[in-house]
Amino acid sequence: MEHVISCLVENKSGVLSRVAGLFSGRGYNIDTLCVAPTQDANVSRMTIVCRGDDRIIEQIIKQLNKLIDVIKVTDMTAEEHVERELVLIKVACTAATRADIIQLVNVFRARIIDVDLKTLTVEVVGDSRKVEALIELMRSFGIRELVRTGRVAILRG
Amino acid sequence: MVFGYPGGAVLDIFDQINRSKKIRFILTRHEQGATHMADGYARTTGKPGVVLVTSGPGATNTITGLATAYMDSVPLVCICGQVPTAVIGNDAFQEADTSGISRPVTKHNYLVKTVAELPRVLKEAFYIANTGRPGPVLIDLPKDVQQATLKDYSYPKKIEMVTYRPTYEGNPRQIKRAAEVIEKATRPLLYCGGGVVRSLAHEEVLALAERCEIPVTTTLLGLGSFPETHPLALHMLGMHGTQYANHAMHECDCLIAVGARFDDRVTGKLAEFAPNCRSSIIHIDIDPTSISKNVPVTVPIVGDCKRVLTQLLEIIKPKKHPEWLAQVAEWKKQYPLRYKQDDELRPQFVVEKIYEVTRGEAIITTEVGQNQMWAAHYYLYTRPRTFVSSGGLGTMGYGFPAAIGAQVAHPDKIVIDIAGDGSIQMNIQETATAVLNNLPVIVCILNNRYLGMVRQWQEMFYGRNYSAVDLGRPMDEKGRPTDGLPDDVPLYVPDFVKLAEAYGALGRRITRKDDVAPAIEWAIKARRPVFLEFLVTREENVFPMIPAGASVKQMIGGLA
Repeated sequence: MEHVISCLVENKSGVLSRVAGLFSGRGYNIDTLCVAPTQDANVSRMTIVCRGDDRIIEQIIKQLNKLIDVIKVTDMTAEEHVERELVLIKVACTAATRADIIQLVNVFRARIIDVDLKTLTVEVVGDSRKVEALIELMRSFGIRELVRTGRVAILRG
Repeated sequence: MVFGYPGGAVLDIFDQINRSKKIRFILTRHEQGATHMADGYARTTGKPGVVLVTSGPGATNTITGLATAYMDSVPLVCICGQVPTAVIGNDAFQEADTSGISRPVTKHNYLVKTVAELPRVLKEAFYIANTGRPGPVLIDLPKDVQQATLKDYSYPKKIEMVTYRPTYEGNPRQIKRAAEVIEKATRPLLYCGGGVVRSLAHEEVLALAERCEIPVTTTLLGLGSFPETHPLALHMLGMHGTQYANHAMHECDCLIAVGARFDDRVTGKLAEFAPNCRSSIIHIDIDPTSISKNVPVTVPIVGDCKRVLTQLLEIIKPKKHPEWLAQVAEWKKQYPLRYKQDDELRPQFVVEKIYEVTRGEAIITTEVGQNQMWAAHYYLYTRPRTFVSSGGLGTMGYGFPAAIGAQVAHPDKIVIDIAGDGSIQMNIQETATAVLNNLPVIVCILNNRYLGMVRQWQEMFYGRNYSAVDLGRPMDEKGRPTDGLPDDVPLYVPDFVKLAEAYGALGRRITRKDDVAPAIEWAIKARRPVFLEFLVTREENVFPMIPAGASVKQMIGGLA
């Protein structure tokens, strides 16, 4: 099962490779990984989306906790939380399809952030179901390039 | 106490080392040797071993030693020189990404970029190495940081780490549950690992075993955690464990794992491991990641083995298990460790004699392979920190330098490395270190001219296709060399007696059973480094054996 693990770490060089090395060294897969400083510049948050049965997820959380630079590990999946991902899609367009694309983008409350004769660049923010749905729709027009941030998550309340 | 080897990037530290009256420095002949010496020192004292080496190749040569210590939870602090910060990343002379390379084989590591952080880093490194589940810590120290001057130096007295706080006390509720589970059991078994040796919980284990009549089996690294001369001792379990220990593991209805980690060499096939106790497994370990990693546990208790057992002993009631003990005694009688008794010089006999002559009071180190298993089987360990072996990583070449490190820590004790002719050659250069520092380590080489354990596997599982295991010259059936080399090349290389003498150590070759005990006595009296080379039966196998990935049902009892 897919889990979103949120990990507060010391904002030091080498921490990312320690975490990434833990996953590769023990044969766990990372689906997405997003790292940036928090309100405290000395602390960064890593949001890791990974897969595994309960035993593997338990090991991942324990192993992360064991790293000296890791401050706190939370399995967001087990708690009430909100997830978001930002995706940029460069989609092919012609004079004939441009209006259709823009209409779909509006329905999704996404935005057009760059326009070219042959492409439109769409920015969409949302949970994975929403962004996946828009990506699927855009596919029929021809996706030239796709950039995703990976998911971030925050606990409710 | 520091073991190491100098070089360009640590000249500044070495410039101070020989001026210091507090630091004793042992110059080794290879950086790997230095790490294993520090490791042997640490395992036999409980204090962190310290290694000092240069950048690049100096640092990369420590990796095997760090990995060995990491797998077996040994506290080490390894200080490596590094090129100046200004050229890090520029492929400078003798530069390696040491913190990158060492990351997976250390508990933690540091790249020190300014001299201001150095006091804190040093304090933290020793603290991390020797608390919680111990392990090696590496400090990568660039040359310009070594040369910098720190105003207002003060070594921190206290340490407060927000992100690292090991748990020592067991949770009282869990301990109460554990007591209930043990009190309900009819066939309980204690399974002790290196954690018991590490936390010196041997007296508590003995008290629990005697109070509740629980037989005790140990892992390889757990040897010494329970007196093997005790009636409740089942000795080592696992792949080359005793049959009675493995039967007891299979039949027990309650398992108390203390400072052990359910390694694959212990469990064999996980699905068939210890099938009768799966709803009553108690696991005491200081490392939460060791718990329920391989085998789901009923009562997990995170904490120091000694403290948790002390807490448990405060509440647990005495219990008798006459039927279970009778069954265990029956297995012990029925399936003792045994080997062929004849006139041939067999390796097991040599180990038995080492035990008899030293009356079990020596510190024994081992190399890796058959020699290691026979050292585990035929020498009875009664106290912790007297058996020193690379269990997790299985590092050939470990035992000899580890023995040197142990001898440094215990100058008056008898320290014996039980070696094979393969392993000993992996760090044999340290003979010079032993001789020049007057460290009277005794190396007992069980010489069968084979990489014996690999040969055994090839014999048993690869249809006797002996591939790259013969350490001597190829010979025909009549014992004549077939390689066309000049006649003065000996039948096997090296001649260990001559080699010992070349280094200024003593050497003796033993070929007959009657000469074994006198040779060991002679070596002990010599109080100098000694190589005893025992020319043993060549195709001896280690039994019993459970093939890799199999269960106790496929155990091969065997008699060589």
